[in-house]
Amino acid sequence: MMASFGNQSTNADWLDSLPLSGLGKVNEFAIKFANVNGTGSASANNLVLKAIFRMGVPVSGKNLFPSNIQGLPTWFEIRVSESGFTARSSSPDIVVAMNPQTYRDDIVSIKPGGALLYDSSWPLSSDFERSDVLNVGVPLSRLCSEKFPDPRQRVLLRNVSYVGAVSGLIDLDYQILSELLNETFHSNPKLQKSNQIALEIGYQYVKESYVTPLPIRLEVRDLNAGKILIDGNTAISLGCVYAGATVAAWYPITPATSVSENFESLCERLRTVELSNPDGTVSNVKNFAVLQAEDEMAALGMVIGASWAGARAFTSTSGPGISLMNELLGLGYYAEIPAVIFDIQRTGPSTGMPTRVQQSDILLSAYASHGDTKHILLFPGNPNECFQFAVKAFDLADHFQTPVIVLSDLDIGMNDWVADEFTWDANYEWDRGRILGQEELSKIAKFQRYSDQDEEYVTSRTLPGKDSKGAFFTRGSGHDQFGNYTESPEDYIKVMERLLNKHKASVNWIPEPIVRIRDKAAIGVITIGSCEPAVLEALDHFEKDGIEMDYLRIRGFPFHQSVKSFIEDHEQTLVVEQNRDAQLRSLLILELGIDPNLLMSVLSYGGFPLTSDDVLTRAKRILKGWDRCPR
Amino acid sequence: MPSIIKPSIPLIPLAKNDLGLTIRNYEGSMSTLCAGCGHDSITAAIIRSFFEMSLPPERIAKISGIGCSSKTPTYFVSGAHGFNSVHGRMPSIATGANAANRSSIYIGISGDGDSLSIGAGQLVHAIRRNVDMVYLIENNGVYGLTKGQFSATADVGSRAKKGKANKVTPIDPALLAISLGASFVARSFSGDKEQLVPILKAAISHRGFALIDVISPCVQFNNHNGSTKSYSYVREHELKDIETSYVGEFSEITADLTQGNLTSVTLHDGSEVVFRSLPAGYDSHSRESAIAYINGAVARNEIPTGLLFIDEQAPDMHQVLETTSEALVDLSYESLCPGGGQLEKFNQSFK
Ligand SMILES: Cc1ncc(C[n+]2csc(CCOP(=O)(O)OP(=O)(O)O)c2C)c(N)n1
Ligand code: SF4
Ligand SMILES: [Mg+2]
Repeated sequence: MMASFGNQSTNADWLDSLPLSGLGKVNEFAIKFANVNGTGSASANNLVLKAIFRMGVPVSGKNLFPSNIQGLPTWFEIRVSESGFTARSSSPDIVVAMNPQTYRDDIVSIKPGGALLYDSSWPLSSDFERSDVLNVGVPLSRLCSEKFPDPRQRVLLRNVSYVGAVSGLIDLDYQILSELLNETFHSNPKLQKSNQIALEIGYQYVKESYVTPLPIRLEVRDLNAGKILIDGNTAISLGCVYAGATVAAWYPITPATSVSENFESLCERLRTVELSNPDGTVSNVKNFAVLQAEDEMAALGMVIGASWAGARAFTSTSGPGISLMNELLGLGYYAEIPAVIFDIQRTGPSTGMPTRVQQSDILLSAYASHGDTKHILLFPGNPNECFQFAVKAFDLADHFQTPVIVLSDLDIGMNDWVADEFTWDANYEWDRGRILGQEELSKIAKFQRYSDQDEEYVTSRTLPGKDSKGAFFTRGSGHDQFGNYTESPEDYIKVMERLLNKHKASVNWIPEPIVRIRDKAAIGVITIGSCEPAVLEALDHFEKDGIEMDYLRIRGFPFHQSVKSFIEDHEQTLVVEQNRDAQLRSLLILELGIDPNLLMSVLSYGGFPLTSDDVLTRAKRILKGWDRCPR
Repeated sequence: MPSIIKPSIPLIPLAKNDLGLTIRNYEGSMSTLCAGCGHDSITAAIIRSFFEMSLPPERIAKISGIGCSSKTPTYFVSGAHGFNSVHGRMPSIATGANAANRSSIYIGISGDGDSLSIGAGQLVHAIRRNVDMVYLIENNGVYGLTKGQFSATADVGSRAKKGKANKVTPIDPALLAISLGASFVARSFSGDKEQLVPILKAAISHRGFALIDVISPCVQFNNHNGSTKSYSYVREHELKDIETSYVGEFSEITADLTQGNLTSVTLHDGSEVVFRSLPAGYDSHSRESAIAYINGAVARNEIPTGLLFIDEQAPDMHQVLETTSEALVDLSYESLCPGGGQLEKFNQSFK
């Protein structure tokens, strides 16, 4: 069977006419799937992502989804990179155009020499024609309606058919796809069968109608040994389980919801204990409590209450929620109660763009609440750090008796990243900080909550319900070093100064920055969180152009002195971050006393995951204006 | 206002409870509230109830919001941990603490401003969760600590100290709680310790959320003629048809409580609430009955007090969550961490 080619006759012609950029792209390209949300495309697209991962090729998937349940445009972008550059790509080599609403823009976005896969059940309007792109028409709807009578099923299976077509076009391993479908539908043989048929239809069609594979294609490698494909939110929830957290309180909000939902389902599996009752029946009891709160104030209130009582407790939220939590963050800070808050940042201010990424809660989190406060912050940059920093956050919160905010973001939190397999140190012991039990209390004459500071300015606490000798009054109102109410300037200041020193002392426990030093580079680049892959790729481009730059990624606040020396060791430092107001730069200037002239901002904050092009174009523009730029 | 330590002047030897503690062991530091403030009488009733029930001080956890009323946890049981949190957020703090450690006895102290304005959202949801705690609203119809503004319980027509009448309809915390599904709802008067103490004891024994709305006059800002929360107005308008006695699990039932057709309810811990008097046809297990009774009284400008509603069988938060009977805070790290082998399995599932 020879297919109709839309506006193109054969792909042999196309091959001849190719601008060379499209040639020879083995394991180095990007595919964009343009879909309508609510049509089940996400699972089909994930199938492609996972199959590429299983082929042993580094890959990433970026889900660019709307804040909507059904009917709006949604995109899934897969970046394949044997050389390990898995930041979002700014333009795709292949577009799978499944959404007529966005055809025009999607087709325009294809790199010259790339390919378009579209549903040719209906002719493609000549308006959309691009002569420098291969048009691969596959009559997906027609093929599916011939095979599958049920209209709803047809919509879903059409997605699997385009996966089959992609498989045929770019050598995406058919066997792996087929296995993945069997794994997904292992409990439903009927669905298993129809999905396999759908996969095959698409595959067969392109095999029969086109010269395959295209020059943009995959080859099996073994680069994913010891790796997993995981999103940051799942990693955080695993971290919370491993940290021994027992209470979670949260209010639903994109992109943080999956942290607490995953935690609950993990605990349902791992922390539900069977008990046999005297009457012979068996009941399940749970070694955890997940509370879906009425709002974020209540969520943090519950966390503070649970931590005060002695549990490891956390909440997960995003911008609007962290705004609401401010008063209670001040309470936790001033009354010295541990709490762990995961802020999966999204685009603000206000509701902003709920399904888009930003790093714009940095300043708010550092100084959250009225009055003088400074919080401990952790900035994970990938799923491995999400897992590790989740555990660390509980240790820090307990050790320093204070709220700890982990600032992840939507890109890390909700997208799948290739990560190292998680490992667990069997010798890990949780750090519950200075808690006096009955035995310790029996050795002291009188317990006073805020007076026995150690070299880190931490005082000992006691837990309610244990011993009346340890009883004290926790309050967010003015208190002296004994915990008594006070309105005396001296007593108030004494406590406030200790809190400031305690925050400073915590720096020794904050993860050191990630640093990469080139020989005698004049320019340094500082970044944070999910920016890393795009920044490293941009630095690679600069190096190819002969400009070497040193690199530093900050992983926590308070900042290490090494950050200050890094800045001072360079003539100029670029600070790359995803917000409008250069929040990280401001915090560096404020907290490290940096000369503002040393720091230039590279800002990208439109809400899509950062690309190396975003960094390159902005960095070049800035460096052009800097007279000392090498070149 | 520094906190004031009470002088311990031994007078006649004080009576001891089952734990060998005297009433002094249930006191706190000296109150700094205005002389005659209703809240201080409530504190006294709490002290007496805890003492008579022989509650171990270390098992008590006192939590409050912000307001004159919320200051009072410092004034009772100094041997118990206390938490004076932020305005309107006591319910969430108590909910979290209870989730973490279900073996403590939680008493939450709040005001009408703290609970029914800024904290209304949290109160409502603590009721819905049926958190096992005693929840006291020390209700004076005004914001005492911020100097006398009307609160959400001020009656229409009730006059402020400077003469202005309230025009906004009030929230009746008892009606609110009953209609939200609360499992224990009572109203009392700070000036009536004989009524309040047995209600408090029953509330402590009750498993679940026990709301007590205690009318507690503010002598400073709301005790004048024209106020419906003054001592004299409440005394004149109180409707006290429901009267209860509390019989502890191991206490003997006195003769007056065994006669004839008195109804009683057995609480979770084996103690009993005996209804010494009830209006004809009143069913304390029926929300409709309680709501009709309260509405009828309010229409006659009366203030119905007593244990208005009880559902001693309602599952509390932990039963709903199916949490282990052990306090979560007492679980060892080993019992909580799934270990490296399990992590290896996770790795495989993300391939
Ligand atoms: C967020 C916030 N807003 C306002 C206040 C000021 N404030 C303190 S107490 C109070 C009202 C207390 O009224 P109520 O709960 O009825 O207690 P009372 O003093 O009458 O016993 C207010 C508004 C505050 N502490 N926090
Ligand atoms: S102002 Fe009113 S509520 Fe506050 S202490 Fe004085 S009398 Fe009591
Ligand atoms: Mg009040």
